[in-house]
Amino acid sequence: MPTATIPAPPLLDSLPEGSVEVVEGLDQPTWIVRRDALAQVARQLRDDPETQFDLLLDLCGVDYPDRDERFEAVYHLYSLPRAARLRLKVPVLEDDPVLPSLIDVWTAADWFEREAWDMFGLRFEGHPNLRRILTHEAFQGHPLRKDYDPARRWILTEDKIYKPNPQPTGSESVDDMFERMTINIGPSHPAMHGTFRVVATLDGEVIVASEVEIGYLHRCFEKMAETHTWQQVIPYTDRLNYCSSFINNVAYCRTVEKLMGIEAPPRAVWAQMILSEFSRIMDHCVCNGSTLVDTGALTNFWYMFQPREEIYGLLEACCGARLTVSACRIGGLLEDLPPDFEARCRHLLETVPEFIDDVDKVVTKNRIWLDRSVGVAAISAEEAVDHGWTGPCLRASGVDYDVRRAYPYDLYGEVDFEVPVFQGGDVFDRYRMRMEEIHQSLSIIRQLLDRGMPDGPYIVDDPHVALPPKEDAYNQMEAMIYHFKLIMDGIQVPPGELYHMVEGANGELGFYVISDGSGKPYRIKVRPPCFPIMASFSHLMQGGTISDAIATLGGLNIIAGELER
Amino acid sequence: MIGESWVTTTVDKLEEWGRNNSFWPLPFGTACCAIEFMSVVSSHYDMARFGYEVVRFSPRQSDVMIVAGTITDKMAPTLKRIYDQMPDPKWVVSMGACACSGGFYRAYHVMQGIDEIVPVDVYVPGCPPTPEGLMYGILQLKEKIKRDSKRRLKEKRAHGDDSGSAAA
Ligand code: SF4
Repeated sequence: MPTATIPAPPLLDSLPEGSVEVVEGLDQPTWIVRRDALAQVARQLRDDPETQFDLLLDLCGVDYPDRDERFEAVYHLYSLPRAARLRLKVPVLEDDPVLPSLIDVWTAADWFEREAWDMFGLRFEGHPNLRRILTHEAFQGHPLRKDYDPARRWILTEDKIYKPNPQPTGSESVDDMFERMTINIGPSHPAMHGTFRVVATLDGEVIVASEVEIGYLHRCFEKMAETHTWQQVIPYTDRLNYCSSFINNVAYCRTVEKLMGIEAPPRAVWAQMILSEFSRIMDHCVCNGSTLVDTGALTNFWYMFQPREEIYGLLEACCGARLTVSACRIGGLLEDLPPDFEARCRHLLETVPEFIDDVDKVVTKNRIWLDRSVGVAAISAEEAVDHGWTGPCLRASGVDYDVRRAYPYDLYGEVDFEVPVFQGGDVFDRYRMRMEEIHQSLSIIRQLLDRGMPDGPYIVDDPHVALPPKEDAYNQMEAMIYHFKLIMDGIQVPPGELYHMVEGANGELGFYVISDGSGKPYRIKVRPPCFPIMASFSHLMQGGTISDAIATLGGLNIIAGELER
Repeated sequence: MIGESWVTTTVDKLEEWGRNNSFWPLPFGTACCAIEFMSVVSSHYDMARFGYEVVRFSPRQSDVMIVAGTITDKMAPTLKRIYDQMPDPKWVVSMGACACSGGFYRAYHVMQGIDEIVPVDVYVPGCPPTPEGLMYGILQLKEKIKRDSKRRLKEKRAHGDDSGSAAA
């Protein structure tokens, strides 16, 4: 069993007596906090110089129908200055599922609390807008409660659709000469990438208030995960951030491996790193390509999509699929690497930069693009942290936090790469950040290839985890039984809970998994990096024009599959 | 009159030829399939070769809706409304397992196939379909339109006059 390697924060003396109980966590320190003390504990954890938990990573509910206190709200915190982590658990009763809202402490809590309300019916007192967020207005019940039937649907009709009418709060800066206009963009609008809806109130051309509505692609990932075996969840993880599905696979499999206390063999880890970095490149290509096409630079879209096609070729050779790869297994890879794996990677290292450089030449110094992006939707480091940002967007605001560097997993501690940081925090810096990261990824891949492919198996040699080779399954009794058991009952994961994170293409991608030893996940919560980023979109649009908003959205790299799961 | 039947046939043929070679697709892309749809319209696969050149995001200007991605119950009214806004004649291609049947999301918020609310002409299976798969699907749509216009022609002949043209 793994043990916590992350140091526990000091238990502050100033906390109210008996408000916190420290428990042993497998992965990180865990505190059970009494509900009435939560607001105070949270505030002190943020402000005390000994703790400084400035980043709220995730908040989710968990349902334990057999316990007296049926629900638990789980907070994952991170401290950037101290590189510390902490999990807070707050149990609440079924009859009284009320907690204090923590929006005043971390702005990021806003949407997370709405989600916990939507999914579990936890009420957050003091939340200004506790509406459903992922499901629709005609929905009844709270779907992630254990007693909710996974297939029970509710039909939404046109008359029930929520009609937002955002109004500015402070009226002082508003020019009364103009008539205000409220316009609706999306959900089926190309600039909204097909799945978001923004309602903006304009004063002249300036957005004075806006509301963002999501949930149009809520595909119930977390509920589906609870009704399938541990391996069967892998294809679902592909479809979270489908622009870089391989990274999701790796993140999920690593999490389960850690919980089981097994380790993937070196060959698998090596290949997973290479393919993850290629996926990061693809993701950044889509993001920058679509930002540019949204601002009118169509040609770059074609340029940026070509490297993707080339990388798809590699993925296809490894697993047969292009986009939704499902190429990882718990404990290793789906199958051994193709014989020309290294040659293909080397070829890509030569072809991909050409396309990126072309775009770089056409765009990066282009007057039109600069006018559209420099200084647009800028966000300061403090604000970004307060909103819960991670990943390239946070680094574009000047915060040097990259999971690959802060918690070097796999071989990231052994390769040499830079974590680029920019200071502007605007659309342009987010674009540059991605261009720069593509080069870093290429360099990581090159170093890995130079180390050479490790020999050995591609998946752990454990019949309780890895399927036996097909030939054995057909010809040997024992192998056949293992095969049968693994397919029918799935992998047996010991009881426990764990949070593990990797650097996804758009930020810290975490999986918080709970196993009760029953063969199916008890609860899986994804920490979706773009969720807090999207939550601050209204804030970013404030004071800009509609065209700024369009340019901004593309650069944030919001992937609906991951945002809404 | 000999002239009448001769003229009608040709106009039908001309119309069919026109329709068949200049689709204006409306991509209703929501999820992973939309990314694969983008691949199909990009340079490598280049759907324009088959007469699907003008991708339009306005329902008023398009005649074939390609639904690429999962449709949730929250999205359903929007999909229906957009379909209703498209002028006739119009066709629907359902791309991917999700749009066809809900895919592997047998879940509380996912529509189990868009044919719950709009009529579908071509179902393209796959999760996501390969670009070749989607191209096969849209070529099938052409076949279907050809068949339809032949059938209309037959109906007209059977009625012996132009009463069938109302169906066009
Ligand atoms: S069919 Fe598969 S690839 Fe297409 S939207 Fe559904 S889950 Fe995504």
